[in-house]
Amino acid sequence: MKRIVTLKTRDMKESVKHGGCGECQTSCQSACKTSCGVANQQCEKCGKKD
Amino acid sequence: MIHQYKLGGYNIVLDVFSGSVHCVDDLAYDAIEMYETNSSDDILDILGNKYSDVSKEDILDTLSDIEELKAEGKLFTKDEYADKAFDFKNRHTQVKALCLHVAHVCNLNCEYCFASQGKYHGEKAIMSLETGKRALDFLVENSQGRTNLEVDFFGGEPLMNFDVVKELVAYGRELEKKHGKVFRFTLTTNGMLIDDDVIEFSNKEMHNVVLSLDGRKDVHDRLRKTYTGQGSYDTIVPKFKEFVKKRGDRGYYVRGTFTHNNIDFTSDILHMADLGFTELSMEPVVCSPDDPYALTDEDFPVLCEQYEKLAFEMLRREKEGKPITFYHYMLDLEGGPCIYKRISGCGSGTEYLAVTPWGELYPCHQFVGDEKYSMGDIWKGVTNTELQNEFKMCNAYAREDCKDCWAKLYCSGGCAANAYHATGSITGIYEYGCRLFKKRIECAIMMKVAQALDEAE
Repeated sequence: MKRIVTLKTRDMKESVKHGGCGECQTSCQSACKTSCGVANQQCEKCGKKD
Repeated sequence: MIHQYKLGGYNIVLDVFSGSVHCVDDLAYDAIEMYETNSSDDILDILGNKYSDVSKEDILDTLSDIEELKAEGKLFTKDEYADKAFDFKNRHTQVKALCLHVAHVCNLNCEYCFASQGKYHGEKAIMSLETGKRALDFLVENSQGRTNLEVDFFGGEPLMNFDVVKELVAYGRELEKKHGKVFRFTLTTNGMLIDDDVIEFSNKEMHNVVLSLDGRKDVHDRLRKTYTGQGSYDTIVPKFKEFVKKRGDRGYYVRGTFTHNNIDFTSDILHMADLGFTELSMEPVVCSPDDPYALTDEDFPVLCEQYEKLAFEMLRREKEGKPITFYHYMLDLEGGPCIYKRISGCGSGTEYLAVTPWGELYPCHQFVGDEKYSMGDIWKGVTNTELQNEFKMCNAYAREDCKDCWAKLYCSGGCAANAYHATGSITGIYEYGCRLFKKRIECAIMMKVAQALDEAE
C-alpha cells in the first residue's frame, strides 16, 4: 500500500480461540506495583502464534 | 474503534479491537478519520481540495486500501468482546501469584511510602517461617491446572526477614518437585541490606529483582531517608551496581517513583542509565492529592513532554547500540498478551493475592491494612467470596468510564487500588493515572512504529 504501512501485530480476535491459558505473568509481580498495565506483559505461548 | 495521533513525525492509527497498528501519511490519516462518517464522494471532494497535488485516482486508491484493511479485520474492527468479558474472567478461579509480605517493617523512612513505612497503617511484624510455608501450600492447593506460580517477597523491606526468604525458596523448590509446579520468585528491595550473601542467593534463585532507586542523588535522598534522616543513595547505589553486575542475563529492574518534586523525571531515568543500569522503571507517585509531593494538573503537560523525551532518547540510544529498557515502553506487538489477559487485567483479588505477615489475604498489596478488603486467610482460604466476586467482575468492560476509551485493552481498565483510592470504588477510574497511561502507550507504540520503519529501510 502506498500510503499505509501496517505493523505486524497479534490478531486479538484470533486470540479468543487459542488464548486464555492463564500461565502468563501477573502484571503487578514485576516492576510496577502501583499501576496496571497488561500490554507490556509477554504471552507464555508466544512468539508462537495464535 | 480507531485511535489516531501524531507523534515524532509519525501519523499513527490504532485499530483498538484487532490490535492493529498502522503508520500512514497525511492523506491516509485524514481519509481514515473521515471514512466512517462521510461518503466517498465527500471524502474525494474534501481531500481533493486539501491535497491539490494528489490525483483523484490516488485518493480512490487510498480509500480502496482502507476498505481492504477493513475487510481483513485490521481497521474499524467491531467490538466482539463486550458480551464475553465477564465469561472470560470467570473461566479461571485459581490463584497463581502471591505478594508475600514477609516483613511489615522497614529500615528506610520514605516519606511517600504507600505502605506507611512498611507497617501498612498497622503494627510492625515479621512473617514466621511456618506462616510463609503455609502460604506456599495455599498457593499450590489453589492453583489447580496452573504450572507457573509467582511469589514476590515484598514488604516493608523483605531483606529484614531474609532467613525466612531463603527457607521459603527452599520449601518452594520441594513443592515444585512434589506437585509439578514452577515457582518464579521475585524480590523487591530498597537495597540497604544487600550483601554478598543476598546477591549470590538472589542471582541463583530470584526470577526477577526490583531495586528501588529514584534517580539522581538529590531526588532520591529527598524522600528515601533512614530514620535518622540520612539519604540512602550513597549506601545503595554501589550495592545495586554489584548486584546487577553479577546478575548476568537474569531479570531485574531498577525502579523509581517520581513526584511533584521531580517532574523532569526523564533525567532520573537517564541518570540510572548513566550508572550502568539498563532495565528501568519509573512510576508516578501514588498518594493523597493533599500531600506536598502529589502530582498536580499543572504538572501534567510537563510529564507528557518528559515521556516523549524519554521515548526519543531511547530510540537514539538504541541506534547508538546502547539500548535501555523502560518498563512501560515494553510492548511486544506480536507476542503480547491475548484478549483474555487484556480484559481481565492484573488478577488482583482473584489470581493474585497479598498475604500479610499474619497470613491474612488481601486482593493485592495496595489494599493491605484496609480491613474492608480482608478476604480471608491462608488456613481457611478466601472466605469473603462476595468481595472475591466483586474483583472477578472487575475488568476492562466493568467500568463505565472506560466504555469509549481506546486504551482499555492496554490497561484492562486500570489498577483497582488506584481506582478505589481515587473514587471509593474499584470500578471507578483514577483519571490522572489514565491520562498518564495513555500518553505512555502512545509513546511506546510510536517507538514500535519508528523501529519497524527503520527495519524496513
